[in-house]
Amino acid sequence: MQVDPIHQFQIHDMLPMMTMAGHEIAFTNSALVMLIIVLAVSALMIGASSPRAVVPGRLQSIAEMSYEFVANTIRSTAGTEGMRFFPFVFTLFMFVLFANMIGLIPFSFTVTSQLIVTVALALTVFFIVIIFGFWRNGLHFFNLFVPKGVPKLILPLIVFIEVLSFLSRPVSHSVRLFANMLAGHITLQVFAAFVIMLAGLGVLGWFGAALPFIMVMLLTALELLVAFLQAYVFAILTCIYLNDAIHPGH
Amino acid sequence: MNDARANGDRGKPHTDEAALSARLQRLGEGLARQRANETSNDPAENRAATASGYARGFRLSSELVAGVIVGAGLGWLIDRWFGVSPWGLIIFLLLGFAAGVLNVMRSAGVVASQGFDDRLRKDRKN
Repeated sequence: MQVDPIHQFQIHDMLPMMTMAGHEIAFTNSALVMLIIVLAVSALMIGASSPRAVVPGRLQSIAEMSYEFVANTIRSTAGTEGMRFFPFVFTLFMFVLFANMIGLIPFSFTVTSQLIVTVALALTVFFIVIIFGFWRNGLHFFNLFVPKGVPKLILPLIVFIEVLSFLSRPVSHSVRLFANMLAGHITLQVFAAFVIMLAGLGVLGWFGAALPFIMVMLLTALELLVAFLQAYVFAILTCIYLNDAIHPGH
Repeated sequence: MNDARANGDRGKPHTDEAALSARLQRLGEGLARQRANETSNDPAENRAATASGYARGFRLSSELVAGVIVGAGLGWLIDRWFGVSPWGLIIFLLLGFAAGVLNVMRSAGVVASQGFDDRLRKDRKN
């Protein structure tokens, strides 16, 4: 019995919509899951905030906790001025969190295991940092690349390195989330495949299958942690980058 | 905790004692929140990293690889545009490696990124 661990990441068209400049634009399974994520987050937040109880119910507690969590993250990394980006960071956090969590449900699809999705998110952050940085600080934004207390002789070299370091941000920002989700899901699939292959061997195989089965259970718990942690890391890095746009001076 | 406060407020809103205890409780909550903020303030980035060594390893390695890849890509583009092959690739690959190491040191907290550090210090003074 052959199990292909990559199969789960395949994108297939669900309904073709139109062709644009030679490219077929179709509604894929990835788009479907993203739509579900957006609907789920919206339903949670709208449903939770509609009672407006002083003593929050369960749903309202979840919404308030996620608000407090993201708000504290922003305040502690980008200061109170960073709160103007709260809607953006909150949206990113909830989207990534729900994408990771929904991806853990068997037979569903993990949107964040597609590099193009995470790159799109990271590039959005990257360009917002650049545009907002220039809009707010003008040419002072370039101070970001000029660290203080560096001898004049090696300053050009340092500036080059700083610029490269800045340019590498969207790469590491997107690859981290993508690689975590991809690796986690492949590992899960491989161990799950072991269970099926061993169980097919007969009674002795059943005992053998117990070991990878336990591993799958533990890995699922780990993946749950990773799913949350990566959403948090994505949000906190966004805050750190936005902080650079707000305070580029040293 | 919220329940208790709400009940206390609703039960005897006019007696001084109830008002005082409600205020004390509110103060306690405010202090707790402040303390929680302060502890999360410190190495905000590090906290995420130490939460799991696995995540930390991924983080640092992706930082290094990102620097090298961007340097190599930029060098390759410069080679193509200006026809100075292979010098662009050589120089920018080295610079990219340096940037990657800088990224790693920054995210590991060995070298703090200055803007971030300054702001934290300012916060602590306030």
